[in-house]
Amino acid sequence: MSVVVALLVGVLASVGTWLILQHTLTRVVLGLGLFANAANLLVLAAGGPPAEAPIIGRDGPFNDPVPQALVLTSIVIGLAVITFLLAVAYRSWTIDGNDQVEDDIEDRRLAAEERARKGTRG
Amino acid sequence: MSALLPLMVALPLGAAALAVIFGRWRRLQWVIAVVTIGLTLAMAVVILIEVDHDGTLRANLGGWPGRIAISMVADRLAAIMLVLGAAMLFAVLIYALGQEGVDARSPWYVPAYLVLSAGISAAFLAGDLFNLFVAFEILLMASYVLITMEGNDAQIRAGTTYVVINVVESLLLFLAVGLTFAATGTLSMSVLPERIAGLPVGVAIGLNMMLLLAFGLKAAVFPLFSWLPDSYPAALSPVSAVFAGLLTKVGVYAMIRTETLLFPGGQRTLLLVIAGITMVIGGLGALAQVDMKRILSFHIVSQIGYMVAGLALGGVAALAATVFFVIHQIPTKTALFLVEGIVENDTGTSALDRVGGLARRSGLFAVLFLIPALSLAGIPPFSGFVAKVGIIEAGFSGADWVIVGVALLASLLTLVSMVKIWTGVFWGDPQPHPRGRVGLVRHHRVMGGVTAVTVAACLAIAIAAGPIWDFCERTASQLVSTQDYGKEGSR
Repeated sequence: MSVVVALLVGVLASVGTWLILQHTLTRVVLGLGLFANAANLLVLAAGGPPAEAPIIGRDGPFNDPVPQALVLTSIVIGLAVITFLLAVAYRSWTIDGNDQVEDDIEDRRLAAEERARKGTRG
Repeated sequence: MSALLPLMVALPLGAAALAVIFGRWRRLQWVIAVVTIGLTLAMAVVILIEVDHDGTLRANLGGWPGRIAISMVADRLAAIMLVLGAAMLFAVLIYALGQEGVDARSPWYVPAYLVLSAGISAAFLAGDLFNLFVAFEILLMASYVLITMEGNDAQIRAGTTYVVINVVESLLLFLAVGLTFAATGTLSMSVLPERIAGLPVGVAIGLNMMLLLAFGLKAAVFPLFSWLPDSYPAALSPVSAVFAGLLTKVGVYAMIRTETLLFPGGQRTLLLVIAGITMVIGGLGALAQVDMKRILSFHIVSQIGYMVAGLALGGVAALAATVFFVIHQIPTKTALFLVEGIVENDTGTSALDRVGGLARRSGLFAVLFLIPALSLAGIPPFSGFVAKVGIIEAGFSGADWVIVGVALLASLLTLVSMVKIWTGVFWGDPQPHPRGRVGLVRHHRVMGGVTAVTVAACLAIAIAAGPIWDFCERTASQLVSTQDYGKEGSR
């Protein structure tokens, strides 16, 4: 069980990282979603093996409720952030028709100077 | 008295809700914001006096016993940060009121600003790691909205970088918090030190690194700083003033907590190396820029290096210097960005080659820039000099010659790039301007007035350096004795 969870965390985290490094904002958003799920699963798995719900009147062994509370909070925050990012991606699309994560304007200016000096088109 | 602690967070959040409800009446929104942030400032001052006299305050929310409750803790460091935070938020709010076109601004500006204020207070007061994470999320969410407020091309581009970087930071912090809980079984910062001390060395270093990575991203230390100079300049000038003054310092605050309370003396060499490179890279980056806002943004990075250096050196003297540095840095940096805001508001740009001759248009305005600029570079008799002397003295007493040399070199770089702003913006012939040669401060009374008050606060820190230094030493000795942080016995 825990090996499966560990593997799943690893796969989600690595795919998430790869997607975050892409140049398209929608892929970045998907990557963040996957990475967030990897983090949630990891924290959930760190809470220990599955056991009884910790309610007064039941017999143990109980599960630790704190990691689940943490994960719940994290899911809610993740939802809000991803919604916001999708709005930004949409806005970016209405402005210039794509959702590329563009280079900084100053960086672009410096790169353009560099290209002009070399006399080539990048 | 400890009832004030949750109010510092609840009041701005409630006011934010009110401001959303009254979104159509902009004037009313601003009244709500001014009253609320004014009140939080007053409460923060009361908390600071109380904490300095009678010791750490602690509030267990909902009346639960300490081990279960969500707790808020205010020791001296948290209290002084609360005061500085509220004061800067108040100043910038009034400044924003004086800007042209304030009524045309989005109805979400004031609510987001209030939520930001709540988040900053919550981060300083958080008594456990998870609340610290939640507080970071509150202030980040508000900052996402503020940085993309106008939704234009530049803001969306800068905002994308900012949001993505900060979401990654949040995820790392969440992972670190979850793993800390898995390893120690607690998140309360008053219990964590003893539990962490009992962990195997490898686990402790791993947790320490993850927390440092997350907070270092927020504080923009080398090599995690490159998002900052790309994103801050795109925001509205009052927004970038608040971000520059406060947000990175929240990261520094969290780093101070991690390295003094949870992992005392853990990563001295690593932090010293990071601090040195951060100072120099920030200074060199500032030299290469040709835009006032971007130069100032690189200075943020460079100055963070000094705080990390003080933190790394450790011991009461160095920590006192770090606290003094933060106290000096917040108003000084805010003042510089406020000056920049007036330049941008008046001339429509902050590019060095398109502005010029402002000193001839308004001598007073030039002085308003010169004082915080020289202070930031560490020229006596301003507050930056006292702060840097403190850190350099701590370096001398520990015979850490390298960091002393690097700190002095970085000061020089700061000074040179300030001279660059001075020659670009203030010297030279005035550009043709529709208003002719009207004084800048006379034309932007409210903005100029707020800037003048902030600069006066910087001067006051230099004048009252003695008492403030004593306070910093008390703060530092409290930081060093970790058992003082929010134990059950304290109220």
